[in-house]
Amino acid sequence: MNPFSSGTRLRDMIRAIRACKTAAEERGVVRKECAAIRAAISENDQDYRHRNLAKLMFIHMLGYPTHFGQMECLKLIASPGFPEKRIGYLGLMLLLDERQEVLMLVTNSIKQDLNHTNQYIVGLALCALGNIGSAEMARDLAPEVERLLKFRDPNVRKKAALCSIRIIKKVPDLAENFINPAAALLSEKHHGVLITGVQLCIDLCKVSTEALEYFRKKCTDGLVKLTRDLANSPYAPEYDVSGITDPFLQIRLLRLLRALGQDDADASDAMNDILAQVATKTESNKNAGNAILYECVAAIMSVEDNGGLRVLAINILGRFLSNRDNNIRYVALNMLMKALAVDSQAVQRHQTTILECVKDSDPSIRKRAVELVYLLVNESNVKPMTKELIEYLEASDPEFRGDLTAKICSIVEKFSPEKIWYIDQMLKVLSEAGTDVKDEVWHSLIVVMTNASNLHGYAVRSLYRAVQATGEQETLVRVAVWCIGEYGDMLVNDAGRLDIEEPLTVTESDAVDVVETSFKSHSFDLTTRAMCLIALLKLSSRFPSCSQRINDIIVQHKGSFVLELQQRAIEFNSIIDRHQNIRPSLVERMPILDEATHSGRKGGAVPAAVSTSQGVSVNLPNGVAKPSAAPLVDLLDLSSDDVPAPSSSGGDFLQDLLGVDLAPVSSQSGTNQAQKSGTDVLLDLLSIGTPPANSIPSTTQASPSNFDTKSPVDLLDRMSSPSAPSVQVSTTAGSSPMLDLLNGFPSSPPIAVTEGNGPAYPSMVAFESSSLKLTFNFSKQPGNPQTTLIEASFTNKSQEVLTNFIFQAAVPKFLQLHLDPASGNMLPANSNGSITQKLKLTNSQHGKKSLVMRIRIAYKVNDKDVLEQGQVNNFPRDL
Amino acid sequence: MIKGVILMNDKGKPRLVKFYDYHPAEKQQELIRRLYAVLSSRAENVSNFVKVDSLFGSDARLVYKTYATLHILFIFDSSENELAMLDLMQVFVETMDKCFSNVRELDIVFNFNKVHAILDEIILGGQVLETSSSEVVKAVEEISKMERAANSIMAVPSITGWQSR
Repeated sequence: MNPFSSGTRLRDMIRAIRACKTAAEERGVVRKECAAIRAAISENDQDYRHRNLAKLMFIHMLGYPTHFGQMECLKLIASPGFPEKRIGYLGLMLLLDERQEVLMLVTNSIKQDLNHTNQYIVGLALCALGNIGSAEMARDLAPEVERLLKFRDPNVRKKAALCSIRIIKKVPDLAENFINPAAALLSEKHHGVLITGVQLCIDLCKVSTEALEYFRKKCTDGLVKLTRDLANSPYAPEYDVSGITDPFLQIRLLRLLRALGQDDADASDAMNDILAQVATKTESNKNAGNAILYECVAAIMSVEDNGGLRVLAINILGRFLSNRDNNIRYVALNMLMKALAVDSQAVQRHQTTILECVKDSDPSIRKRAVELVYLLVNESNVKPMTKELIEYLEASDPEFRGDLTAKICSIVEKFSPEKIWYIDQMLKVLSEAGTDVKDEVWHSLIVVMTNASNLHGYAVRSLYRAVQATGEQETLVRVAVWCIGEYGDMLVNDAGRLDIEEPLTVTESDAVDVVETSFKSHSFDLTTRAMCLIALLKLSSRFPSCSQRINDIIVQHKGSFVLELQQRAIEFNSIIDRHQNIRPSLVERMPILDEATHSGRKGGAVPAAVSTSQGVSVNLPNGVAKPSAAPLVDLLDLSSDDVPAPSSSGGDFLQDLLGVDLAPVSSQSGTNQAQKSGTDVLLDLLSIGTPPANSIPSTTQASPSNFDTKSPVDLLDRMSSPSAPSVQVSTTAGSSPMLDLLNGFPSSPPIAVTEGNGPAYPSMVAFESSSLKLTFNFSKQPGNPQTTLIEASFTNKSQEVLTNFIFQAAVPKFLQLHLDPASGNMLPANSNGSITQKLKLTNSQHGKKSLVMRIRIAYKVNDKDVLEQGQVNNFPRDL
Repeated sequence: MIKGVILMNDKGKPRLVKFYDYHPAEKQQELIRRLYAVLSSRAENVSNFVKVDSLFGSDARLVYKTYATLHILFIFDSSENELAMLDLMQVFVETMDKCFSNVRELDIVFNFNKVHAILDEIILGGQVLETSSSEVVKAVEEISKMERAANSIMAVPSITGWQSR
């Protein structure tokens, strides 16, 4: 006896595995068992082969690899004894990994067993073939199976029938061989054979139109009679399920009738009576009866139209909906969804019951019901349906709210008869479940509001009331804040009051209160707070009396740690403080938002890049500064055609406020050529904080006219200069493009090509500001054309002495820069002396790309730090 | 067709796994794990049907029932009647009950290959073979008679000792 396999019995192994406390322990036991089984296999141990295989099946169920046992299955199948064969076939079905060679080896054994004198062994072989048979096996063994359909024992016949299904699914060409034997099975008396025979017919119809036609012609009447007999048959204990005679067979028969009746008027006619009879006579107080009814309904929905029957069927489903069994309500909703396509009128009649299901205790049923309601809603019933749904929203549990809210919003949007109703319903939804609402929803609410000019006042007042009642729903607050910003005056003076409205008294300071509270609330996110800030700016102009108070609020946020808020606070503070003259035009009402554009965007279509004001020759891409600001930019997305810009520079200014990404372009006409060849060079330089995609068009299209000293950029530059250092500190890491606008913009030096006589290259003014002038003198080392020696000399044009003077330079990767120490760090006033510093630049792309450099100069004036930055790209070519 | 029958306990341990579509062993384990996740996240008093298209392809549904510590799961496609699947599950459970006289999880653990024999008499190749539990019991008894008659080594797991643990 084999020393390895004699060890444990199957039961002991299972016990050992169950006793394991950890997965590692279990793995250990399994590893030991597997080792013993492998040893037994290699010893060709016969006595314990089927015990080992049984163990392997258990091990396989637990998820361990057992491929080494596959050949053992074949050996067991080939052995003469019944127990061995049984375990062998079971192992084959469970362990096999579809390796064709194993299946090929087993085909012959199965063939022999199909012809075995022992009908149980035949049954085992049929079972294995029916479960795992491949196309090759199907071809090889089809004749045997066909023969077995006429076997004397019904247990073999029924297995052969199901085996035939596997065969025709694997090889549809074989279907015609099975049509006649299958039809013969339909006249069987044995229940099991009949049920499998009917199933074989159903599958034959699926794979072969020939079979379908044949059964339609020859078998429809027989099947109808069979169904009728069954429905009328007296009690038959053998196949009775809770008082219903053989529901499984009835269901199979109905399913076959459905296949035959579909798209065939004659066959449908022939079965109308029996369908009606089953639909009316079947007991519906037990699951079995309902299963039959359910199948009958499915059949009625599929066969050719018979109005009366369909109404009957949908009424059955309606009854299902009030059944106490969850399963039945569940299937009824599924079926109603399909029935809607066939006869929506009849389904509509069950509206009330369906609405009840939205309140079901079972979440899966609620979900289905909401989907169905969504499909049921049309223009005529939208009002009552929405009312019901919104009422239910109040009582619904949190997990379900998201789904429900989305559906309500979508219904309201799709079918709203008038805008005021739309606004009312959306306000209800937002007040109830504002946190579950997606961004598109409140965006489109705003779009609709701007378009309904007669409802502006109504909308802002309703929103004011809603926020007073429930100020916690973030999206509601956003919409309210936006509207108060836009239409705050209408809130206060009660303009455009509709007859249905209660009069409302709101003071200017009440309106500001709402926005301020929301702004200061910690539960709201950046978007909401930024929207509040904008609304405050707008109100500061609408309500002159609150202007000072608003400015105070804004000033508090100049030190906000959130860049977006800080930046906006600084900008808005400047506007209120120093630019009263442009403020009214800046904060004018938003132009009406285009519904078509908006809905296009909602559908995922990317709108064409919004072009900027036509007055300016530059076409600046309207970039989005940061993803977090995206919804805002979206809302404020002014296509400047509509912007009532006071002047072209004002237009630019607005865009700056809105986060338009103005790439820092310092192009001069003199370097245009250099730029053409060096766009990517510029990109390199600009890559910090500037989305490269945006800078391409702006660089190539830039014209000098934008950068004269009166340009809005400089305006901003000066405006914010007092606070510039602090901005600088907090943003160096992730510097936003906006900052470039605020402080870092180089004023363009005039193209001064100094005619020098000594060097081969003329010296040039590389950088000039109000206080500083930087001149470059070039020279080349002989025999090294790639390297340029530059002598930089700085002069101080201002009246003050500059101390702690530091010059820094950066170049793109294709250049190498070496900076020598400067001659000093103090610059006397009034151009009374200079600092010189030598630079050595090596251009690895000499002849292809021109030099380019970004510079940064830091110094102290009167103990104050000043930082100047710029970019030099007017180098002579060929350096 | 029926795509699979799985018995697992309330801790997710598989007790009987039968797929009628081919899945590699690792996939089978993955499916069992995910099905268990589906079941354990279901509330009580909800319908017994779950859509499982994400696991088994379009139209796949799952019907489950829980008997004491044991979940029984049938996975099937749209060509089967959901309510009838519930009844079929009942037939399966009744048959096991008859064979093990009041079946418990442990009976299934130690006699899993006998449970396979029962299942193979009810479902073949994903189709319903027999729906009368008495017919199934009869067939299974014939098989155990055959095994006794074969008089093979008694240490071998035969279908004879139904009650053995």
